[in-house]
Amino acid sequence: MSTTTAPTKAPAEQVTASTAPPRRVRGRGERGRAASLASHGVLTVASLIALFPVAWLVYLSLGPDKNDYLHPERIWSKMTFDNYAFVLQHTQFFDWLKSSLIVSLGTTVIGVMVAATTGYAVSRMRFPGYRKLMWVLLVTQMFPIAVLIVPMYQILSELQLVDSYLGLILVYCSTAVPYCAWLLKGYFDTIPFEIDEAGRVDGLNPFGTFFRLILPLARPGLAVAGFYSFITAFGEVAFASTFMLSDTKYTFAVGLQSFVSEHDAQRHLMAATAVLVAIPVSAFFYLVQKNLVTGLTAGGTKG
Amino acid sequence: MTVAIDRATGKRRGDRTPRPGLGRRLKDGYQKHWYAYAMIAPVAVVIGVLVLYPLGYGLYLTLTDANSLNTGRTIGVNEIEATYEFIGLDNYADILWGPTAYDRFWSHFIWTIVWTAVCVGLHFFIGLGLALLLNQNLRGRTFYRLILVLPWAVPTFVTVFGWRFMLADAGIVNSALDWLHLPTPAWLEDTFWQRFSAIMVNTWCGVPFMMVSLLGGLQSIDNSLYEAAEMDGANAWQRFRFVTLPGLRSVSSTVVLLGIIWTFNQFAVIFLLFGNTAPDAQILVTWAYHLGFGQQPRDFAQSAAYGILLLAILIVFTSFYRRWLNRNEQQLAN
Repeated sequence: MSTTTAPTKAPAEQVTASTAPPRRVRGRGERGRAASLASHGVLTVASLIALFPVAWLVYLSLGPDKNDYLHPERIWSKMTFDNYAFVLQHTQFFDWLKSSLIVSLGTTVIGVMVAATTGYAVSRMRFPGYRKLMWVLLVTQMFPIAVLIVPMYQILSELQLVDSYLGLILVYCSTAVPYCAWLLKGYFDTIPFEIDEAGRVDGLNPFGTFFRLILPLARPGLAVAGFYSFITAFGEVAFASTFMLSDTKYTFAVGLQSFVSEHDAQRHLMAATAVLVAIPVSAFFYLVQKNLVTGLTAGGTKG
Repeated sequence: MTVAIDRATGKRRGDRTPRPGLGRRLKDGYQKHWYAYAMIAPVAVVIGVLVLYPLGYGLYLTLTDANSLNTGRTIGVNEIEATYEFIGLDNYADILWGPTAYDRFWSHFIWTIVWTAVCVGLHFFIGLGLALLLNQNLRGRTFYRLILVLPWAVPTFVTVFGWRFMLADAGIVNSALDWLHLPTPAWLEDTFWQRFSAIMVNTWCGVPFMMVSLLGGLQSIDNSLYEAAEMDGANAWQRFRFVTLPGLRSVSSTVVLLGIIWTFNQFAVIFLLFGNTAPDAQILVTWAYHLGFGQQPRDFAQSAAYGILLLAILIVFTSFYRRWLNRNEQQLAN
């Protein structure tokens, strides 16, 4: 019997579980010192690679000159928060913040509200056309922006909605709504069907079951769908830079580009703004990151 | 009777009772399913108005010679009527086998395929490697995980600017390379290095999602499977090959599909990294955007035609991918 395995560096060795039966000399999941060191080494290098570009951006944002990014060693001696003060006081930072929030929150609210009942219907009911609907929901995930951007631009300009928040929200809803429905279906699938049955026995119709029983239980799922719509809308570049024309209505994704024009590149201010945008979004992300993944893959694998 | 939960009975095709006649089916169908239709109505309306209508309109535009000079505009108080004409499939013919087809479409097509394959491959294998490392009983693994997720947490448009600073001619990357006496490529100017940087930045952005998803998949694999495999004398590689990989199947097939779709459509990284300066590093999506909005006059018809072609490529690919998955699953079951 070869139950004791020799320590190797192969990752497969390290996959194994942490609960080791007591009889073994070296339990599964326990590695030799070398393998352990190698793991730590690889993970440390990977962490540094993950961290460095962001840390570098933060560091550069402290340099007061627009060409400091080419001479990073000079920043040490003259580090200052002036860029931040300038961005907050003399640029359109708060205009951009306002537009970003209006557009992202609008998309989130409409997306989740419209999508919730559909997510429930495709999770619980089998009706003619069910498969087609699921297929449409999947296909809309893969719309390249190039498919909709030209017709949307034409339609919005006919409706005089170019350069308006509502126009951009509507454009984002075209992806956010199917996406939320898909995501919520995955979440509703995880809520036991017995709850619906209990509701039915108590005389609720499907709407009653949904609104009184399922919706309150699905709050985390709704939050995840909402958060996804929010960050997608927040980070979107193509539609935002095409449809928002006046600089007070730029979202951050567009506003940030405006620091670098052909004639002048205010990279120090750009770095500071980027950091100011990144901090709250990342903080928020860390709060919900665990749910994000389960929500996404649940929707995909069970579809 | 309306049934809120008919999944249990309708789950598998073989479980259904024989179908009644058509008229009966319609009547029953309405009574039985009107709740479902009422519930999907909002999304159906949104998809119809915001997706299908623009899509149809876009399809129509691809059959015309619309550009920014001949579409209807309002300049001040003057309304200019649209003057574009219907030209049939000429746009598609021009894109696919016109005189400049290779320069404009096929070269970008090849690069897009390479870009997607390389990026998703790197995402998947680096993500899998890191997930395997993080799935061990390791001191500080929560800490590692939190740091490794960072590229995903920061909005792409922020990090791409960070990379632009780093890859600039005299930026930190080249300074470091110079210090090591290595060659310092023009990351953002030379076509090959532009493509290299684009893949590098996109890999950096995309690995965390794969890593976290695969880690979730690894944690859902039952430990007893590994114990059983070990009892049977399976070595580490065999356990990886016959327990871990099949256990990851459902997660990995989903994330790879999502990864391919996202990478194929990845707009922000290339657009923000190069703007309009790198015609040869554009993938089809950014190239279509360039045609429609990055040049004068804006060529709406060709841009829309690119969009439709892209969508067609993705739909065909996804259908084959799903069919291939299903076939594999059946083979496993046999």
